[in-house]
Amino acid sequence: MSKGNEVTKTLLVATLLCIVCSVLVSITVVSLRPTQNKNADLDFKKNILMSAGLLEEGQDIEEAFSKVTPVLVDMETGKIVENESLLKGYNQTKASTNPALNTKIKPENDIAGLSMRAKLAKVYLTKNSAGKIETMIFNVRGKGLWSTMYGFIAVDSDTNTIKGFGYYSHGETPGLGGEVDNPSWKEQWIGKKIFDADWDVQFAVAKAEASSEYQVDGLSGATITCNGVTSSMKYWFGPNAYGKFLENVRSGEI
Amino acid sequence: MKIKELITKPIISDNPIALQILGICSALAVTVQLKNVFVMCGAVIMVVAFANVGVSLIRNHVPNSIRIIVQMTIIASLVIIAEQFLKAFVYDQWKTMAVYVGLIITNCIVMGRTEAFGMKNGPIASFWDGIGNGLGYSFILIIVGFFRELFGSGKLFGFEILALTKDGGWYMPNGLMLLPPSAFFIIGLIIWAIRTKDPSQIEESN
Repeated sequence: MSKGNEVTKTLLVATLLCIVCSVLVSITVVSLRPTQNKNADLDFKKNILMSAGLLEEGQDIEEAFSKVTPVLVDMETGKIVENESLLKGYNQTKASTNPALNTKIKPENDIAGLSMRAKLAKVYLTKNSAGKIETMIFNVRGKGLWSTMYGFIAVDSDTNTIKGFGYYSHGETPGLGGEVDNPSWKEQWIGKKIFDADWDVQFAVAKAEASSEYQVDGLSGATITCNGVTSSMKYWFGPNAYGKFLENVRSGEI
Repeated sequence: MKIKELITKPIISDNPIALQILGICSALAVTVQLKNVFVMCGAVIMVVAFANVGVSLIRNHVPNSIRIIVQMTIIASLVIIAEQFLKAFVYDQWKTMAVYVGLIITNCIVMGRTEAFGMKNGPIASFWDGIGNGLGYSFILIIVGFFRELFGSGKLFGFEILALTKDGGWYMPNGLMLLPPSAFFIIGLIIWAIRTKDPSQIEESN
C-alpha cells in the first residue's frame, strides 16, 4: 500500500469509528435520560424526607413528599419570594455556582469557607392542618476534609430545635469522617438546640462527648470533618444565611 | 481454544488480578460493600466482553499506527454506555461508586484483553475471552468484598451477620477493612494461596 493510501485509510477508520461510537453513546444517553432524571428527582426527595424523618419504611416517596411545600427565601431580607416559574426546578446548590443567581460571601462572614452562595434559598416547609409551619427543611453545605458535604437539616417551628439531619452527598473517609452517615450519630441531632437565649448559634460537634443541649458527640478520627460540620452550621444559621428568615418566622411575620 | 477453556482459564489459572496483577486499583476502591462489587463486576464483564468483540470485528481494518486509540475509543464509549445504564437502573449503587464506574476505562484488564486477544482472534472467541476475564476479575473482587464487608462492618449485602458492639453486640469492627489498603492484604493472601496450589505461577527471581 502506498503512503498516501495509508493516511487516507487511517483517517477513514478513525472518522467512521468516531461516528459509530458517538451514535451509540448518544442513543443510550438520550433514551435513558427520562429514567435517570426520575431517579435523581426521587433520590433528592427521599433525602429531604429522610433528613426530616418524614419517610416511613415502605412508604411511597411521591406520596410522602406531597405534604412538603417548597418556597424560595431571599436570604438578604429573610422574606419568602413568590416566583412560581423560578421555584419549579430551582436548585439551591446549582444556583450557588450560577453567576446570575449567586452572591459572593464576604470573607469576614465566610466561616464555612464556601466563598459563594445562592441569593435565594429553597426551603421545604411542612404545615399542620391550620396552615401553620411545623417543620422547615434547609440545605446545608460545608467543607469536610476531602469534600464538600451536602445535606439537609430539619428544624422545628420554634426555629431552634433540630428535628433531623443528614448528608446526601459527601466524600469523607469511610469509617472515619464517613461516619457522618452513621444513623445512631444522626439520631443524636434530634432535639438538640441550635441557638442560645440570645439567638446566637451555639450548636457544635463536641471534641469528645456532648456536654450540653447544643452539642452532639464528636466522631473519633474525624476532627476536620467535625469542624467542617460545626462551621457550616454556624454559617448557615447565622445572620448571613438563614438567620433573617428564622427571625421572621419567630416574629410571626411568616 | 474451546469456549469452556476461554471462560474457566482466567478464573484461577490465568487470573487477571492474581497472575497478571492488572485492575488492582478498582479492586481496592469498590470492595467495601458486596452490593457495589456485584454492580462493578457486572459492568466490567459487559465492557470487557463487548470491547473485545468490537475490537475483534474491525481488527483487520485498523491501521497499526492508531490501534491503541481505536481500542480506547471503543472502550470509552462502552464505559459511558454502561454508566448510563447503571444510572438508570441501579441509581443508589451508581451514586456510591460514582467516579469508579468511569474509571473502568483505565482498568488495565480491558485494554489488556483487547490488545492481547481481541486484535488477534475472531469475535465469538473474543466475546467469551472477555466474559472469562471479567469473571476472573469478579472472582477476586467478590472474595475481597466478602471479607471487607464482613469484618469491616459486620454485614453481608447490607444484612447484619456479626452484631456490632456499637449496637450492643459482641463484634468490634476492624476499621482497617473499610480502608482501601486492606484489599491489598487480602489480594496478597489470595495470590499466595493460588501460587501455593499452582507453583508454576511463581515468577522466577533474578
